Amino acid sequence: MAGKPVLHYVNARGRMECVRWLLAAAGVEFEEKFIETPEAWEKIKNDGSLVFQQIPMVEIDGMKLVQTRAILNYIATKYNLYGKDMKERALIDMYTEGIIDLSEMISQLVLCPPDQKDAKIALIKDKTKNCYLPVFEKVLKSHGQDYLVGNRLTRADIHLLELLLYIEELDSSLLSSFPLLKALKTRISNLPTVKKFLQPGSQRKPPTDEKFIQEARKIFKF
Amino acid sequence: MAQRIYSNQKYEEEFIHTNEDLEKLRSDGILMFQQVPLMEIDGMELVQTRAILNYLSSKYNLYGKDLKERALIDMYSEGLADLNEIFINYPFNPPGVKDTNIALMKEKAKNRYFPAFEKVLKSHGQDYLVGNKLSKADVHLVEVIYNMEELEPNIIASFPLLQALKTQINDMPTVKKFLQPGSQRQPPVDEKNIQKTRKIFKF
Repeated sequence: MAGKPVLHYVNARGRMECVRWLLAAAGVEFEEKFIETPEAWEKIKNDGSLVFQQIPMVEIDGMKLVQTRAILNYIATKYNLYGKDMKERALIDMYTEGIIDLSEMISQLVLCPPDQKDAKIALIKDKTKNCYLPVFEKVLKSHGQDYLVGNRLTRADIHLLELLLYIEELDSSLLSSFPLLKALKTRISNLPTVKKFLQPGSQRKPPTDEKFIQEARKIFKF
Repeated sequence: MAQRIYSNQKYEEEFIHTNEDLEKLRSDGILMFQQVPLMEIDGMELVQTRAILNYLSSKYNLYGKDLKERALIDMYSEGLADLNEIFINYPFNPPGVKDTNIALMKEKAKNRYFPAFEKVLKSHGQDYLVGNKLSKADVHLVEVIYNMEELEPNIIASFPLLQALKTQINDMPTVKKFLQPGSQRQPPVDEKNIQKTRKIFKF
């Protein structure tokens, strides 16, 4: 079978969620193999599938790709979501890396010790409102187009939508003073492939909770 | 900046020496996320290390010939970046954490990363990691080897193919020049740099 991509990870958002988003937005069906026991984890580490003994890993087009950015770059290029030339790619990379920086701060919150959590949340909200969201609002304002780069959908729009939804989960008031971002959010959410992914029953994963972290600690021994 | 050396591209540097220098860049509005590195190139003000590296690699043909080669190059580069991230930060770690991280880097280099790359080179028997041609992956790997050798001089003693790659890269005229005193290559971070950096970035 020419075959759908197979995603090897845990049944949680983690570092694979952005890959799920990009594949879904590109209209690509994919399968998932969840690692749910220490034995399963040992097995995949020992069978040579993981170049650096780490997940995420995606089987695609005869390759076993690891490293989230390598996976995203491949998918984005294959499905024409990476701009039309080097300069557009540079802008997309710049925006994507900023988005990843903020996303990582948010996703690390669940691992944060309780006594540090409030301070971390305050820091994230401050950076969101005063650094990151203004940047992307300004980009949209500067060209007045419907998408961040090149007047067409690219991975940057998908990564941004995903981030905006996480920001909303944290505190929906954070988006209130960014009209162009709110419009982008609505627009991208309404694209047929994205709309489908946003519906219940899709492969999109819910927020990570404490229960999952406990299970993960058992599987990966950390 | 090793990238530009491999392509024999001259570049200028404007160093930030004080917090005032940094704040000026920020208020000039050219740092998209208020952070450095920044590279002004081809009319763009590029921030984010990976954005900069990807652009340079494409421009100077160090990014493979097609999509699949790029995927391998990205995979290898990202693994190396994980290890290098610890190396970049460890001079600023508190003393106990520093020792832990030094041990961690040595362990990961010798048990995870170097074996992986030795295996890649062995699997195809070619002189370079990807596509039988120099790419950014080779550049990053040799830089990381140099960094790890600062921690443990004989660290690639049991990796003959990595030694061969390092020798080969060293022998390139552009690299030879870069490795000589007086080039734009930065020396290891010392206590003076650390204090200066803390003052500039206030941490």
